[in-house]
Amino acid sequence: MHNFEFVKPSSVADAVAALANGEAQPLSGGQTLIPSMKARLNAPEVLVSLTGIAEMQGVSRDGGALEIGAATPHATVAREAASHFPGLAGLAGQIGDPAVRARGTIGGSIANNDPSACYPAAALGTGATIVTDRREIAADDFFQGMFTTALDEGELITKVRFPIPGASAYAKFLQPASRFALTGVFVAKYASGVRVAVTGASEDGVFRWAEAEAALSSNFDAEAVAGLSVPANGMISDLHGTSEYRAHLVRVMTQRAVRAAS
Amino acid sequence: MPKDDGIGASVKRREDTRFLTGNGRYTDDINLRGQTYVHFLRSDVAHGKINGIDTSAAEAMPGVLKIFTATDFESAGGIPCGWQVTDRHGQPMQEPKHPILAEGKVRHVGDPIAAVVAETYEQARDAAEAIDLDIEELDPVVDMVKALQDGAPKVHDDLTSNLCYDWGFVEENKDAVNEAFGKAAHVVSLELTNNRLVANPMEPRVAVGDYDPWGDTHTLYTTSQNPHVIRLLMGAFVLSIPEHKLRVVAPDVGGGFGSKIYHYAEEAFCTYAAKIIKRPVKWTSSRSEAFISDAHGRDHKTKIELALDAEHNFMAIRTETYANMGAYLSTFAPSIPTWLHGTLMAGNYKTPLIYVNVKAVFTNTVPVDAYRGAGRPEATFQIERLVDKAARELGVDPVELRRKNFIKPEEFPYQTPVAVVYDTGNYHATMDKMLELADYANFESRRAESARNGKLRGFGIAHYIEACGIAPSNLVGQLGARAGLYESASVRVNATGSISVYTGSHSHGQGHETTFAQVVADMIGVDANSIEIHHGDTSNTPMGMGTYGSRSLAVGGSAIVKATNKVIDKAKKIAAHLLEAAPEDIELKDGKFSVAGTDKSVDWSGVTLAAYVPHNYPLEDLEPGLEETAFYDPSNFTYPSGAYGCEIELDPETGKIDILRFIAADDFGNIVNPMIVEGQVHGGLAQGIGQALLENCVYDENGQLLSGSYMDYAMPRSDDVRGFTVDHSCVTPCTHNPLGVKGCGEAGAIGSPPAVVNAAIDALHRAGHTHVKHIDMPLTPSRVWAAMNG
Repeated sequence: MHNFEFVKPSSVADAVAALANGEAQPLSGGQTLIPSMKARLNAPEVLVSLTGIAEMQGVSRDGGALEIGAATPHATVAREAASHFPGLAGLAGQIGDPAVRARGTIGGSIANNDPSACYPAAALGTGATIVTDRREIAADDFFQGMFTTALDEGELITKVRFPIPGASAYAKFLQPASRFALTGVFVAKYASGVRVAVTGASEDGVFRWAEAEAALSSNFDAEAVAGLSVPANGMISDLHGTSEYRAHLVRVMTQRAVRAAS
Repeated sequence: MPKDDGIGASVKRREDTRFLTGNGRYTDDINLRGQTYVHFLRSDVAHGKINGIDTSAAEAMPGVLKIFTATDFESAGGIPCGWQVTDRHGQPMQEPKHPILAEGKVRHVGDPIAAVVAETYEQARDAAEAIDLDIEELDPVVDMVKALQDGAPKVHDDLTSNLCYDWGFVEENKDAVNEAFGKAAHVVSLELTNNRLVANPMEPRVAVGDYDPWGDTHTLYTTSQNPHVIRLLMGAFVLSIPEHKLRVVAPDVGGGFGSKIYHYAEEAFCTYAAKIIKRPVKWTSSRSEAFISDAHGRDHKTKIELALDAEHNFMAIRTETYANMGAYLSTFAPSIPTWLHGTLMAGNYKTPLIYVNVKAVFTNTVPVDAYRGAGRPEATFQIERLVDKAARELGVDPVELRRKNFIKPEEFPYQTPVAVVYDTGNYHATMDKMLELADYANFESRRAESARNGKLRGFGIAHYIEACGIAPSNLVGQLGARAGLYESASVRVNATGSISVYTGSHSHGQGHETTFAQVVADMIGVDANSIEIHHGDTSNTPMGMGTYGSRSLAVGGSAIVKATNKVIDKAKKIAAHLLEAAPEDIELKDGKFSVAGTDKSVDWSGVTLAAYVPHNYPLEDLEPGLEETAFYDPSNFTYPSGAYGCEIELDPETGKIDILRFIAADDFGNIVNPMIVEGQVHGGLAQGIGQALLENCVYDENGQLLSGSYMDYAMPRSDDVRGFTVDHSCVTPCTHNPLGVKGCGEAGAIGSPPAVVNAAIDALHRAGHTHVKHIDMPLTPSRVWAAMNG
């Protein structure tokens, strides 16, 4: 990798200031950025570490919501969210392997918006609020297609606020090599209705499956979506699965998530 | 009573203490004073004309010592190929030059164009980015069939086409085979692909070149399975360095699986550059670089047909295979789809007539060569898939169809119609053992249980044969090998009785340091801990051919036995002198020489001390010392065989296959260390199951590698490979080597892919999806689901 400068601020304000300065990039768990730097596909001049900022760490309950600091590793979420929001803890515990979960963070995952990442499904599937250094963004407005988000240049996610659902689960079908989601579905049941978010499948990244949400809102049963399907057109087709297969998995994984949540 | 550290004992591997504690000494652990680093600038296009390489800006970068291109190697030879195949018409194969650095053209993604030597690795990489390349992209050929069409772009402009050879075997049988098909009551055919694989040893390749100007001697430290072969090929054919001025050392090596047999350009580069730079030059492959520079494996496309008579006896087999050679011929590439594949097409069966046609094709992809099993997995996969398909089409039990056509135990030695003679085997016994261990009789109740849970359960069978213990030199010489395939050993007994063994074979995971010591300990009757096994350094081991083709115990072990017998013969003479008896009356038992029928004896160490302190010694008849060297050249291949059973559950909703149990009943002949054998089979099964379900090396039509990292190349993980039952109680000892051993290193990778695929087809058929005749490997969930719903 190319040489770079490394700064490790202890406050969000200092981090934002450091990021405003030239060719700086934020570094959280580094699970995507570091490999791309090692492959010389990315060469920031300054890395601003987010792991020394206390206000970006930890899992806390605030009434009906669970707030997770953006620099909280997946393993911490898997452990500390378990009693409050088992669906989210279950998702965090399925990301990567133990080494990835020890380093990778929720903020990094959501900011990167990899089309096969797990966390975007939870954020969109719960209607979470993405809190940044300057504003709050609804998940529905945040994810804007593969690797694209509503974040402005230099804007930092500081925490993610999840409304805790009455029931929820994440069903993930593994891409056999990377063990990212070949297709993953997060289902969350609220008094106001059911939300269904799908990752890994679409060329547009994470998306909500409105038909399934409507069907499950009136009958929260796996059979309620048995006759539904998403079109294969627009689904990812690659070495690991055709677009038809992914479209099929959207329904299967939705049913499995509903069964797991029931 | 057998010794607890002798032949047959499950002695723990002595090498594991250093490996498991991180104290192995691998090539990358070698750092020489004044060492420099090389980074290879590699082609990112599959096919292109090099119009210019401007290194001026890069040369001015910090730390850069020299940038090499093809012009620096005008006096060097190309990387040689070790095997010449003769085609159907008696013509030699087309053999293109394989330069150290690309000359005029690049021919695959990863082809090295320039080499930057700098003070640090990062400086070398920085400078490589500053090299200005002018490469005119040319249309690549990736698909083998298209590569042979008229007008296809040529990988090598100086060859007549992309056809390396068109091989027929046995060519004289061709008409008789066709005639048999004309008379057949049933013909079963199958088209299949044997998927391209990347070996992925845990340790990537590394080379360190060193040059001593005062002695004009070169040393190469390299990750090799056969350092003597590298010394021979590189010294004699590439760099013109005589053997006595060239030392090649392969220290601890972290797995090879074939990919570290070959002589690679990076080895020649580091050796040569060290002399030019006047400092050691080191190259360490990154994992990404390994995907585009290590030789790949398999990559065959085949049509196979089986003719049967009305009683379901096999009459004839006919095949047509396209075998990918990649852009250049790797060291043993031409021999894999021919002599290591065609000669195994009889399988375990009495098929009187066989004709194998293989077209080897150049494409703009990484060279393809041996990978664990090398040709034999390709043969086994075809035969065992086809026999299974035949049973299904004829409506007979796949076990019974196999049993009916098996070579019977009393029919050995058995001359196959494809040149080789199987010395021993008992395929009925291994099949019975496997079915017993699998509790095959109760499969139906397990299947019903799975069905109640919404899963499809299937049982797949395969019975393999392989040819190991490679190989009789006079035979392979006739077949085109440009080397002998004997093995060597020196047994040096030290004055106090401890023993240093120097073997020409190489251990890179096989546990030779343990196994070979067990053999010598058993023969002499001393403690195995008093024996040290040395390998991997051409300066102290006798010329040997290295480790591949499950040859080390059968051939290398036989050389050790031979040298140890020479030592024992001499020691008996010394003992006879000390005991004042005739040498023929001396018996060696449990490390003690005694005179038959008396209580007179002398210990092993008494004899060894006399050999080196020859005060009381028959100096007029015997030289002092106790050290012997032997070379062993086998008279035949060995023929391990076995029955494999795979029980799976298939999720009909997703197409995902879970292996519940895998039973391997192998006949490896006699066994020295059962625990190591079990470990070898486990490793082979993991790689065979990896090929069947997960691994796939895929190029797109532009010759870009789509599966160039672990994000897309699926290696088996521990939870993918479980439920193994390994048995080696069926033993028909090899008849022609002194230990009666056959070899076990590749079996798992050979027998398992067809067992897995047969299990998947079985599960689908039992559930009524009878339209699914075949699914190409890897059986990814997407492919299985598509086949079910196709």
